[in-house]
This record gives sequence, structure tokens and C-alpha cells, in this order.
Amino acid sequence: MTHPAPRAASLVDPLVLDGTELSSRLIMGTGGLSSLHTLEQALLASGTELTTVALRRYAPGRGDSLFAMLERNGIRILPNTAGCYTARDALLTAELGREALETDWVKLEVIADEDTLLPDVVELLDATEQLVARGFRVFAYTSDDPAVARRLEDLGAAAVMPLGAPIGTGLGILNPHNIELITSRASVPVVLDAGIGTASEAALAMELGCDAVLLASAVTRAQDPVAMATAMRHAVAAGRLAAGAGRIPARRHALASSPMAGRIDTDTPAGTPDDGPGADPAGVPRGDWAPVGQRP
Amino acid sequence: MTAITLNGRPHVVGGDTTVVDLVAETVGRPLGPDGAPLDGRRLGVAVAVDAAVVPRSRWGRTPVAEGQSVEIITAVQGG
Repeated sequence: MTHPAPRAASLVDPLVLDGTELSSRLIMGTGGLSSLHTLEQALLASGTELTTVALRRYAPGRGDSLFAMLERNGIRILPNTAGCYTARDALLTAELGREALETDWVKLEVIADEDTLLPDVVELLDATEQLVARGFRVFAYTSDDPAVARRLEDLGAAAVMPLGAPIGTGLGILNPHNIELITSRASVPVVLDAGIGTASEAALAMELGCDAVLLASAVTRAQDPVAMATAMRHAVAAGRLAAGAGRIPARRHALASSPMAGRIDTDTPAGTPDDGPGADPAGVPRGDWAPVGQRP
Repeated sequence: MTAITLNGRPHVVGGDTTVVDLVAETVGRPLGPDGAPLDGRRLGVAVAVDAAVVPRSRWGRTPVAEGQSVEIITAVQGG
């Protein structure tokens, strides 16, 4: 019998999704691990309070134990519509998820083809509109297109979840500029969903202004899932803190952090006064050069 | 006897079987007439009959009819 791990005091401000406060800004998927025990250890190490699940035909000993494990640990469940290619299929799957898991929340996935698993945004927008009308709180998995993200928000999505890269690729965030455009214009939470491979990419997502990161494969397919889950927990918290800490401007040239005044001088006769105390002028960035992730 | 399709496979049930009976048989847990498990834990299961969701509150009043396609679904590991 595993007891829920005590939740450590959070380093970061809570994430608010559809009026619900979560102290972790990491949302975990549950796919990719054959061992339910290892999955449980990884989820606990990640500190997540919200996990996605898929909906499939009941098979003895298949889904029952996953549901029981998540219940036991007090981890909220976000059912997804993975595997749906049309709005029609997604609607039925969402209804089944609502009924099975007693939640209005749904991670809406409508994919275009199985090679890329990229969102079919035409079906996605249609399904979002219909699900919102049926009282669902839609967490829309979408492309990294800022215009589509805006449309989803207009249709009433509770959160937009742009991909960093195709599902399961671990390619990181292929278009950081687009992600930053999305986060800078959105008035609903933005969750970076898919493509994360390692901790630095999760931190970057947060530095780009995302409210949360959703990942599965990066942890579940890592050689040491529990260690990577721990890494992701810290990466997301670190990225959130950094995003709000007001980073220094990037400069083309060095700026000494030690004072120039008061250095010893081996070339001048003893007794020569130094330049006296005084701060070096703050460096002024030259030109408008700024790296990705640096807000003006 | 009533011949149906259950999760894509041929299945035979008794003539007066309701959805709640079929779910209880499938998941191996006794259910009350309202579809709630008698063991007090949550069920985590949903049912569609001929591609339409049957809410749990109606399981006890919904007979399983000849030729119907019944899907019983639950949460599985996924992203």
C-alpha cells in the first residue's frame, strides 16, 4: 500500500486552471511505461497534481489499476481524446471520459495523421465549439500557430496547449518565437504540450511565458524515469521563477562584475592614489539584439 | 438469450440483462441499481450503446437488446 507523498511547499505561485489551484505547474501524461509501479514513482517524483489518461475498451486488469492508483495518490485526472481523427469521434470520446471519470475537463486532441500526430486544426476548432456548448472545459492540444491559439480562446477553450514539437519526438521547442507570441497574447493559461525531451526545454517553455508544461515521453521513456521526473519538477519551477525574476539584458560585450577601482598597481610608485571609489556605469545593450526568451 | 457485440466481440447475455448487469459482469464488481460500486470505490467506467453514451444513472433501466453494439471503456495510460 502506497501512501500519498506529502506535498512539499511549492516554490512557485499556483497554477489556476478553470478556477482550480494547482501547486505544481507540471502536468504529466501517463503513457509510455509498462510498469504501473514505476509510473507511480515517477508521478510522485514529478510532484504533478494533474495527469492525462486515454480512454479505451475495458480489459480485465488493464485500466482499473491505473484509475485506482491515481485515486489513491489524490492526482486529478484529465481524460484525453487521443486517437481521434474527427470532431465527431472526439465528441463521443469526451462524453465517455466525462461519464467515466466524473469531470468536465477534457484534453482535446484531434489528429491529422499518424505519422506526425499533428493537430487537425479544422476539426479541432469545430470540436472545441461543440464541446464548449455541451459544458466541457476544453484544454485544446494545438499547433504552435498563434492565430489558431487565438481562435481557440475565442471559442471558449479553458486553456490552449501548443506543441513544442510533434508528440514523442523529444525535439524540444522548434518555434520559440511562436510560443512566445502565443503566451504574450493569451488571456487563458498556455500549456506547452508535446516535444519536450529534457529539463532545459521544460525550463525554456516556462521562460517563454507558458503557465505550465505537459509531458510524458520525456519521463516515461527516459532510462531513469524517476530521476527525469525529479529533473522536470525542478526545471518547471526554475523556469517559472526565472520568467518572473527580470533577467539581465543580453549584451554583445563583457561587463565586469568586479570593481575596477582599488586594484593593486605594480607599475606606479607606491603611494599613488587609486581612482577612488565609484561604481562602473551599467552597461547599455548595443543594438536591438536579444536572444530568444528575453522579453523586452 | 440475447446476442450483442461487446467491445468489438460477439457476446451472449440473458434475456433480461440491463446495462448495469453487463458492466458488473465485465468489471467483476457488484454494482447497485444506480451503477455505483458496492465496495464504495469509484468505478471509472463509461458505456456507449450503438455509439451513444448511456449515463450511469440510466444503466439500471436500460435493457440490452439483440444486435446492439456495447462499448465499456475506462482510463488507460496515455498522454
